[in-house]
Amino acid sequence: MGSTECSEDDDAHDGHAHGKYSDSQARVLALETLLTAKGLIDPAAIDAIIQAYETKIGPRNGARIVARAWRDAAFAQWLKADASAAIASTGLGELQGTRTRAVFNAENLHNLVVCTLCSCYPWALLGLPPEWYKAPAYRARAVIDPRAVLLEFGLELPQTTKIRVWDSTAELRYLVVPERPPGSEGMTEEELMCLVSRDSMIGAGVATLPGSPK
Amino acid sequence: MIGPHDLGGRSGFGAISPHEHSAPFSAEWEKRVLGLTLCASWPGFWTLDEFRYALESIDPATYLSVTHFERWFIGLETLLDRHGLLEVDPEAPGNKLIAGLPAEAILRADQVDMGLAVGPSEYSHESLPRFSAGDRVRTKAFTSSGHTRLPAYARGKDGIIESVQGLYTFPDDNTHHRGSNPQWLYTVVFEGRTLWGSQADELLTTSIDAWESYLNAE
Repeated sequence: MGSTECSEDDDAHDGHAHGKYSDSQARVLALETLLTAKGLIDPAAIDAIIQAYETKIGPRNGARIVARAWRDAAFAQWLKADASAAIASTGLGELQGTRTRAVFNAENLHNLVVCTLCSCYPWALLGLPPEWYKAPAYRARAVIDPRAVLLEFGLELPQTTKIRVWDSTAELRYLVVPERPPGSEGMTEEELMCLVSRDSMIGAGVATLPGSPK
Repeated sequence: MIGPHDLGGRSGFGAISPHEHSAPFSAEWEKRVLGLTLCASWPGFWTLDEFRYALESIDPATYLSVTHFERWFIGLETLLDRHGLLEVDPEAPGNKLIAGLPAEAILRADQVDMGLAVGPSEYSHESLPRFSAGDRVRTKAFTSSGHTRLPAYARGKDGIIESVQGLYTFPDDNTHHRGSNPQWLYTVVFEGRTLWGSQADELLTTSIDAWESYLNAE
């Protein structure tokens, strides 16, 4: 992740304090203790996994790819033709061996990614998926009525815009490349990255206009 | 199977509320479940496919009423139990019971960056794909009584091969210990109205990634 941070990531705030069951925390701790005693896990590795997703692996990785594609037409073409290789050339990448596909929005086309069967998501580029992505409402509705789903994200597409929904049923991972917003000419890669929200790379939003509040 | 996980097109789940559910976790302990699951999966007692099937096999009422990481925790307990890793030695409770598990089989903190970068791989091409881009296909109405990655809403439907995506482990077999049996994978595109009827958005298309044996030539 880069050193320049945007004003506020849209997934930065903490979740709720409690799960549905008050005993979940105790059960998880008990299992962790048992598996540690059995020598099956190393709790320091759990700490390292959590830390990796809190500090290193998040939507700024994907935003860097999008910003580069906006500024560099040759990179954009490469990304469209072979996203796995183009992304790997930046030092980032989806899980080794897992093919990534970048799908580009256009004036008359909007892409939306879902996993109706579980929660497949490009972890290496966007970090861990938000709760809504994994919950039944989104998984059920994104494939049948995406226009209404997008309205709930505050995005009203023109009635003439085609919608393509990508159901991630296998080991391919999808990154939506939103359209570059007007008024962003001449911005640096770091500045452009701040216009690329996590949700816009799932297709549940579009890029932010320069100068608008996040 | 059509389990509780097979949600595409189902009704009654209400609003998505993206702003209330924007974070990856709903509670602190869910972070431990993420790490615990990844660590416990590392030695290879089960595959990712078998883990997915363990979640799909949760009874429907529970599956639909708990959080994502509660499902993971239930699935993890199921797999630990199935693979004999939850037994406690009555002579020495808490002592190591996993005979022969070498220390290097366990994910260590200094291996996490590498561990998070390992994923399912494409196979080198030993056969030619049956279909090519532009071919018309019909998905099968039934694929497996166990784990399958052909969603219920896309069964028995006419679509078009958009692209050939490589050769991958076949999850319907791999989950149930019948071998990896790699097959060609295709992106198949359907018209919204083919999937959902004449009321559907005429500007909607939906694609799935389908293994070759899910498809018949049209």
